[in-house]
Amino acid sequence: MLRIPCPFCGLRDQVEFQYGGESHIERPENPEQASDAEWADYMFYRENPKGIHYERWVHSFGCRQWFNLARDTVTHEIIEAYLVGDQPKSRKRDAGDESYG
Amino acid sequence: MMSNYSAFSILRNAFSGHRNWTRAWQDPEPKKHYDVVIIGAGGHGLATAYYLAKYQGVKNVAVLEKGYLGGGNTGRNTQVSRSNYFYPQSCGFYEHSLKLFENLAQEINFNVMLSQRGILSVCNSRHEMEMYRRWANAIQMNGIDSEVLTREDIKKHVPHINLDCRFPIWGGFIQKRGGISRHDAVAWGYARQACAAGVDIIQQCEVTGMETTDNKVTAVHTTKGTIAAEKFALCVAGHTSQLAAMAGLRLPITSITLQAMVTEPVRPIFDTVMMSAHIHVYVAQSDRGEIVVGGGADIYNSYAQRGSLNTHHDNFSALVELLPIFSRLRLMRHWAGVCDMAYDVSPIVGKTAVDNLYISTGWGTGGYKAIPAGGDTLAYTIANDKPHKLLRPFQLDRFDTGRLVDEGAASGVAH
Repeated sequence: MLRIPCPFCGLRDQVEFQYGGESHIERPENPEQASDAEWADYMFYRENPKGIHYERWVHSFGCRQWFNLARDTVTHEIIEAYLVGDQPKSRKRDAGDESYG
Repeated sequence: MMSNYSAFSILRNAFSGHRNWTRAWQDPEPKKHYDVVIIGAGGHGLATAYYLAKYQGVKNVAVLEKGYLGGGNTGRNTQVSRSNYFYPQSCGFYEHSLKLFENLAQEINFNVMLSQRGILSVCNSRHEMEMYRRWANAIQMNGIDSEVLTREDIKKHVPHINLDCRFPIWGGFIQKRGGISRHDAVAWGYARQACAAGVDIIQQCEVTGMETTDNKVTAVHTTKGTIAAEKFALCVAGHTSQLAAMAGLRLPITSITLQAMVTEPVRPIFDTVMMSAHIHVYVAQSDRGEIVVGGGADIYNSYAQRGSLNTHHDNFSALVELLPIFSRLRLMRHWAGVCDMAYDVSPIVGKTAVDNLYISTGWGTGGYKAIPAGGDTLAYTIANDKPHKLLRPFQLDRFDTGRLVDEGAASGVAH
């Protein structure tokens, strides 16, 4: 079982949490103008990395707050927890990488 | 040269102390060029190669495998075959697969030990019972056998069941033609016949990159050198996103971990396959006597090939609640596989945005039952460069059109 560092409550067992999938996905700004392919990409297409994954969790049986984790999908190591709206410190950001939401 | 397996060949080989059996498949070095390269020598990859060589007349085929054949999810599942889905699209496809399974031992001259002992789905609430009546009816409307059962019927089928467990049993339904078979035999049987038909099965050969020109994959880089081909197919179960990324493709796939486990072997005591979607466990007894147990998947993205203990605990709590007789069995083995899931938990099989790259993915946690039909229809799709009619609903473009085949909602495929 994962031990998850909730930014609000501290370290808790995974059974207190629910998973929300990939984080930093942006809804198309003008949904009416988005093509079917753009909409499909937003709805269904995912990074699914073998390595560090930036993902959403909610502390359902605790503070009920959503937050983000940077977690390794192979070792399950949790690199950091960070707030919704924040960016992970662990991510090596390439200058001009627009996909980084 | 491959010899036919029969009672006579066992007898003949007995005279030489079983020392002169020919190899079931060869271990060739890769050629520089093939007509079709299939990545992944699991059930789907090997079956695709077999049907290509045997029925589509495409014999210059290689199957590349980074480990050993049948060593991924093909060797990690709970061996269940069934076609009790909801929508006509899924029922049509999985019924084709079950029919191929029914004749598979003869088709590939390998005893796959298919045992059609029935798939019994029990339900644990009044509302679930209502939905199960609808579901069982839908299966019948799709021309597939299913029967609604009462509590008393279920007690007759499974005398050991605890009907008044937490969330008591209300009834259920059974597909009597469903059952289990021997997963390794399916992989080995297809490998042996594919090899006999001229297919090169190349193990310990990991694909590390792809060369692309003009929206086509021209060659793959592997740990055994560069291999060129006219067409490529990805049949890699848990790692389709990684392989597709080598060709610049992004997919609507999430990879999660599903675990399963077996107990110590006991005498025959449980002669059906039973599942409860509500408290989520499925259980059967293997021919070796082990109780084979599966259940819920872990909830988060993972490539770890190991399940978490809390999920394991949930699965076993459900089993012991339904069948207290198994509560003191000791577990012998516990393992997990990486499952590629699509949003609607239906497979994605067919062409991609790259002209000569085909995929077979999204099998989720139920790919084993689909091996014969998956191989048959993907082989047709590759040979003719158009989707087999059973695969038309399962194309990648359904995520653009919104025409999902939502078995997750319809037939309670939980993952």
